[in-house]
Amino acid sequence: MLYREAGQFKTSYAADSAIVPIRQDRIGLALILAIAFIVVPLAASPYLFSAILIPCLILSLAALGLNILTGYAGQLSLGAAAFMAVGAFASYNFVLRIPGIPVLLAFAGGGLMAAAVGIVFGLPSLRIRGFYLAVATLAAQFFIIWCLTKVGWFTNYNSSGVITAQHIEIAGFTFDTPRTKYLLVLAIVVLMALAAKNMTRGNVGRQWMAVRDMDVAAEVIGIRPMRAKLLAFAVSSFYCGVAGALYAYAYLGTVEPEAYNLDLSLRILFMIIIGGVGTILGAFLGSAFIVILPIALNMLVGFLDNTLHLNVASSVASNLELMVFGGLIIFFLIVEPHGLARLWQITKEKLRLWPFPH
Amino acid sequence: MYSLVALGFVLIYKASGVFNFAQGSLVFFAALTFVGLLEHGFNFWLALPATLVVMIVLGLAIERVVLRPLVNQPQISLFMATIGLSFFLEGLAQILWGANVRGLDLGLQDEPLQSIADATGINVSKFDLVAAAIAAALVVSLALFFSHTRIGRALRAVADDHQAALAVGIPLQQIWAIVWAVAGFVALVTGLLWGARNGVQFALTFVALKALPVLILGGFESVPGAIVGGLIIGASEKLAEVYLGPFVGGGIEGWFPYVLALLFLLVRPEGLFGEKIIRRV
Repeated sequence: MLYREAGQFKTSYAADSAIVPIRQDRIGLALILAIAFIVVPLAASPYLFSAILIPCLILSLAALGLNILTGYAGQLSLGAAAFMAVGAFASYNFVLRIPGIPVLLAFAGGGLMAAAVGIVFGLPSLRIRGFYLAVATLAAQFFIIWCLTKVGWFTNYNSSGVITAQHIEIAGFTFDTPRTKYLLVLAIVVLMALAAKNMTRGNVGRQWMAVRDMDVAAEVIGIRPMRAKLLAFAVSSFYCGVAGALYAYAYLGTVEPEAYNLDLSLRILFMIIIGGVGTILGAFLGSAFIVILPIALNMLVGFLDNTLHLNVASSVASNLELMVFGGLIIFFLIVEPHGLARLWQITKEKLRLWPFPH
Repeated sequence: MYSLVALGFVLIYKASGVFNFAQGSLVFFAALTFVGLLEHGFNFWLALPATLVVMIVLGLAIERVVLRPLVNQPQISLFMATIGLSFFLEGLAQILWGANVRGLDLGLQDEPLQSIADATGINVSKFDLVAAAIAAALVVSLALFFSHTRIGRALRAVADDHQAALAVGIPLQQIWAIVWAVAGFVALVTGLLWGARNGVQFALTFVALKALPVLILGGFESVPGAIVGGLIIGASEKLAEVYLGPFVGGGIEGWFPYVLALLFLLVRPEGLFGEKIIRRV
């Protein structure tokens, strides 16, 4: 009843091709954005900002990037974290070496640098596919991290290979509290998600999907696979690069190349699988799930520990966390292989008829 | 030595089309179980079959719990499932046996054999020889198993086409169970050898990652490919470390195999011995 599009007629092409065609969706989206921009900053505690909300948003951005590559263009990648590292270190160097550069421009520069690196490592995708390509992206993962660790120039010759992100200052306003950082990250993520949504609905996105579904067939109908694939690598790496820069500047503050290890890449991959491959919404749901799960498990173990006096050693707890994490991922894949985004779609279908299903 | 890990991958890939990311964790689990049993007072010859039983049971359980519900899912889902599995196994192994680094003594010295060194000027340890011999024996027996037994042929049929194999009456689930059990066995052998060399520790799981370039060098479907690939990767990474390493600050062992494999793939996308992929629309 509440969620039914009956009576909403489209009278123009613009209305017909709107991103959110249904009024209820528009209201819902506006509400979510309003909550995210106004209510949350007023209500949340600094812990909530810095431990959950900020990493969640940043990793959604990275997952969005990987989703463009893996979900839309069908190129499996295990190197997302490496491109994040490129973005972070490039931004750091831009701010360090070009005096007076606006931070946002440095972020974009970091993203572009990541895109360039992404194109280089995307070149093999023209010849290899599937798991072979996944291993090729592992090469990117290990090589880039090694490069950042070994070449002193990238870390400004810091002996321990650690960079400390500069303050974020835009037009005289310093973003130094968790709240302001959250708002900055949120704004960037919303804008980039909007751009991604538009890209995937447009010509480019259709090309990607055609290449994903069958690249030979796509070539036959006049899509240039090379251009489509490399574009996917570039855009995806750009998103990852910006996410990496934000990860360093707004979340960690002090980073070493090892922060962007294979583990992070795999986590981002999990996000898109659990959230739903080939959906924008999935990136957000997945990252929320993956970020919150370990924290929730930790709290659960602590709670059980206190109430039952099990005296679980911390090492056992962390291993238990690992087990539950792995187990849940398997469980999810078995129960809902299309991810959380699919669940939301099913809910929408149900809601259309609710509460009178017949 | 890399060949051994790669073999576990190839085995599963050949028979079920699943790219088994958890092989490294299986290796880790096997080695840890073995050492754990030794510490609990089992002697060597009792611990070996006990671990073998554990690994086979584990393999069967994986097939039943994880893979069977995922039949007919896209490959990427299966791949992700094995990553989840590897997290699970790593956690389980460390809860059961603790996370300490342990030594594992197989009673073989890892020192250069004097007789060979005198004769040829090359340092080869008894350990290396035994490891090579075990790897060779394993490979030969697996090759025979694949080509000359009923089960082996059924395995290859399943690998080619699940549905066709089912249609001619091959019990798919039994075959998969066997494959996973054998993979568990290979993991055990690998775990023992690597564990004896480097100590049984968490880093064993990374060995599996090193097996990936071995795999793509050799081709996913090929057992001889896994061996040749293992040799190439093992030798080249050490050579690169020794000869190129000093120029760029060392530590290139970590990524060199991947880049090598990557360059190789540009020339031959299906690996050395992989099956030529013919794509039709």
